[in-house]
Amino acid sequence: MKEHPTTAEARAKYWRKNITYLFILLSIWFMASLGAGVLFVDELDKITIPGTGFKLGFWMAQQGSILVFLGLIGVYVLLMNKLDKELLDGKEEGEMDASDH
Amino acid sequence: MDPVQLWTFIIAGLSFTLYIYIAIRSRAGSTKDFYVAGGGVPSIANGLATAADWMSAASFLGMAGAISTMGRDGGCYLMGWTGGYVLLALLLAPYLRRFGKFTVPDFIGDRYYSQAARIVAVICAIFVCFTYVCGQMRGVGVVFSRFLNVDVTWGVIIGMALVFFYAVLGGMKGITYTQVAQYCVLIFAFMVPAFFIAFQMAGNPIPQIAFGGEYKDSGQFILERLDGLSAQLGFGTYTDGSKSTIDVFCITAALMLGTAGLPHVIVRFYTVKKVSAARTSAFWALLFIAILYTTAPAISVFARLNLLEAVNETPRVEAPQWFEKWSDTGLISWQDKNNDGLINYTGTVQPAGAPPLAENELTVDKDIIVLANPEIAQLPAWVIGLVAAGGLAAALSTAAGLLLVISTAVAHDLFKKTINPNLTDKQELKIARIAAGGAVIVAGYFGIHPPDFVASVVAFAFGLAASSFFPVIVMGIFSKRMNKEGAIAGMISGITFTAAYIIYFKFMNPELNNAEHWLFGISPEGIGSIGLLVNFVIAGLVCKFTPKAPEHIAQLVNSVRLPRDAYAKD
Repeated sequence: MKEHPTTAEARAKYWRKNITYLFILLSIWFMASLGAGVLFVDELDKITIPGTGFKLGFWMAQQGSILVFLGLIGVYVLLMNKLDKELLDGKEEGEMDASDH
Repeated sequence: MDPVQLWTFIIAGLSFTLYIYIAIRSRAGSTKDFYVAGGGVPSIANGLATAADWMSAASFLGMAGAISTMGRDGGCYLMGWTGGYVLLALLLAPYLRRFGKFTVPDFIGDRYYSQAARIVAVICAIFVCFTYVCGQMRGVGVVFSRFLNVDVTWGVIIGMALVFFYAVLGGMKGITYTQVAQYCVLIFAFMVPAFFIAFQMAGNPIPQIAFGGEYKDSGQFILERLDGLSAQLGFGTYTDGSKSTIDVFCITAALMLGTAGLPHVIVRFYTVKKVSAARTSAFWALLFIAILYTTAPAISVFARLNLLEAVNETPRVEAPQWFEKWSDTGLISWQDKNNDGLINYTGTVQPAGAPPLAENELTVDKDIIVLANPEIAQLPAWVIGLVAAGGLAAALSTAAGLLLVISTAVAHDLFKKTINPNLTDKQELKIARIAAGGAVIVAGYFGIHPPDFVASVVAFAFGLAASSFFPVIVMGIFSKRMNKEGAIAGMISGITFTAAYIIYFKFMNPELNNAEHWLFGISPEGIGSIGLLVNFVIAGLVCKFTPKAPEHIAQLVNSVRLPRDAYAKD
């Protein structure tokens, strides 16, 4: 069997961390959209964003959740690039051909 | 010829010339070019193309109008059609890109070591894309007919010829770069009127901020004024919902999960060079989509307020000029039921303590909100021409992306992988082109002769994608144990459940289609979320009682989960 450039332990750690990130980010995803924009929207609507005509629940459903989504993907990109480098000794994952496997 | 038509001809003509020029510049030379644009698209370009691919005639023309009649409940479209990108970026895109190959059925067929699973996936992909593409061709025809006074049929034929040209010639490569151009046209066309109207309404040109601002220095917030006026006319308070929480929840979830499972969106992430680029381009895609999606609810509010202010209890003879023009097209219709010569526009929620509402006399087509916006705001003729070109760009880009998935499914998944594995690259490319051509013609036919169900099939496409693709791909990546028996049983039960529910309420018993008869109060639009649960549960159960997935599958899963450089090269 060929020697891998990474240890089995490092690979397992990478995947565990990845799952942790997903769990945290998707919890925020759920709370910002289906939580704030749907389930708790009536409670949040009792608050108005100061200086605007926006009720908070309404704003989350029509604006805020989308901004949160964008932030989540941005954070995920940064976290995963860092995680890749940790695993691959400072290198990035290389290019790959579309058809090879 | 009036100036609006002249400008529409000029702007639409210029944009078409640009698309054709790009298509000629980026012809496909191999199946790899044709299916995935050679796998070398930069991530920003892919983000732009994904955004154009994703935003259809419905997003561009219909969404703002739909939200303006739904109020807060319209948030289910806004969240549903953007939130799916989080799922796509985190759960699907990077892994599928790392797996490589060309299509979703490729992944399902290999991961579940089964031709049967591949074929089920191909059938789902073709069905989902066809239901969608017919609506797009219809959209092209409608825009042509409204702005250029040509027959819908001719509009569809011109659109077909154009899509045929760049999809058949350029494949994914041609489509990608025309979509980049189409995004620019459509976002410009959407934003210019929005800036003007936001400035008129609130003195701030940024629509996202303006719709939380004050109405024309009246000291009253725009939303407050709209809430008051809506309630007074019996439409209920704009910023409150009228649908049940469980229904909004399920619709939002189904749209999110369906978005993440739509094959024409997923395939876009196969076109970038690296896995990290797949992640980054998901970010760009959502950014470009969010520009339109955060503007749309602002337009809904402005347009709604303008409409209520302008027409209610206005004598018909004093109605604004745009009212006249759109009445001619049949998109606005008014019937003076109480013969008082006034336009009575009222809803069904009688406000407490007020005199009884007059009977409603006005019907307004939802597409009008975006189409008539420039006229309501009295913008120059070229802006109206621009909106027409934007609507065409939105419809054409989505149609092309969908047609490509259909041709790939036929040529690659069916011919190459199932019927004749010995096809050469040249032969396969030829079949792909013929399939794309055939698909254009079929889609055009349905665009000219739309089946009655076109409007209801959108729910179908999302429900199917949510209850079939999404769960099996996620399980394929995150569970090593999941086997082919589980996956096939899951897909079939998820789809059957969802399809049966939709067919029962939409086609067989439309008279029963109300909350009283729905399962747990969930409408057919939202049932895909339950279909997804059915898929997961059945797959899990079947998997428990059948042999574990073979050893080489565990290795395949590992290779999809981690960067390939983490393993030795062989």
